[in-house]
Amino acid sequence: MSAGVLQAKLWYAQRISAMVLGICVAIHLLIIFYAIRGGLSVQEILGRTQGNILFAIFYEVFVLACFVHAPIGLANILQETFPKTGIARPLSWILALMILILGTTAVVGVYTGGQI
Amino acid sequence: MSSRPRLDYRAKSHLSYFAYACHRFSGLLLACFIPLHFLMLSQSLRGAQGFEQSLALTDIWIFKFGEWVLVILLAIHLAGGVRLLMIEFGPWNGLRKGWIQLSILFAIACGLLFLYFAN
Repeated sequence: MSAGVLQAKLWYAQRISAMVLGICVAIHLLIIFYAIRGGLSVQEILGRTQGNILFAIFYEVFVLACFVHAPIGLANILQETFPKTGIARPLSWILALMILILGTTAVVGVYTGGQI
Repeated sequence: MSSRPRLDYRAKSHLSYFAYACHRFSGLLLACFIPLHFLMLSQSLRGAQGFEQSLALTDIWIFKFGEWVLVILLAIHLAGGVRLLMIEFGPWNGLRKGWIQLSILFAIACGLLFLYFAN
């Protein structure tokens, strides 16, 4: 794949993931405002998420959209700021894998409550 | 990919440059925060007690302040991102400067709501 085609595909992937994230972030902000009333507690968080498949699916979609969106943005910033260093691709891949692995672990964690 | 073009003072004093800088800055900080956020939430795999220990960090004022800043950054990035999508995918209607002002107001409103609900 040529560099130009790759750039076009990455641009499109970031915009499509941004559309998904727009909905997810708006819902997440509402959940944040609901959740922080009276302080955060483990019982309240797990009470909402444990065994709740809709929450799990919503947050896994959120994680997957972040997995696509954030590393492309980071790669663009690094490539434009440090164009000759070649760090954009490895660092954005590290971020992508961290988001996917830690994010999915977090979703499994709050869904199961550690009772696997 | 190429390096960023050099911009003179006139370009940088434009309101759209401010929106661009805010979007990049908020996006970069959010990208740094997200793995840490997931790391903390993944402690729930250790059961309620293990999760309680990591959640206790959020009682420390610096983490509370960080959460507040991140909610504001998330709101800025969301509203700024919607503006970009409208510029790129909607019918051409200028640089939608009204959306920049709306983004700032939305971020302030989210920051105030967070303070209101978080006691």
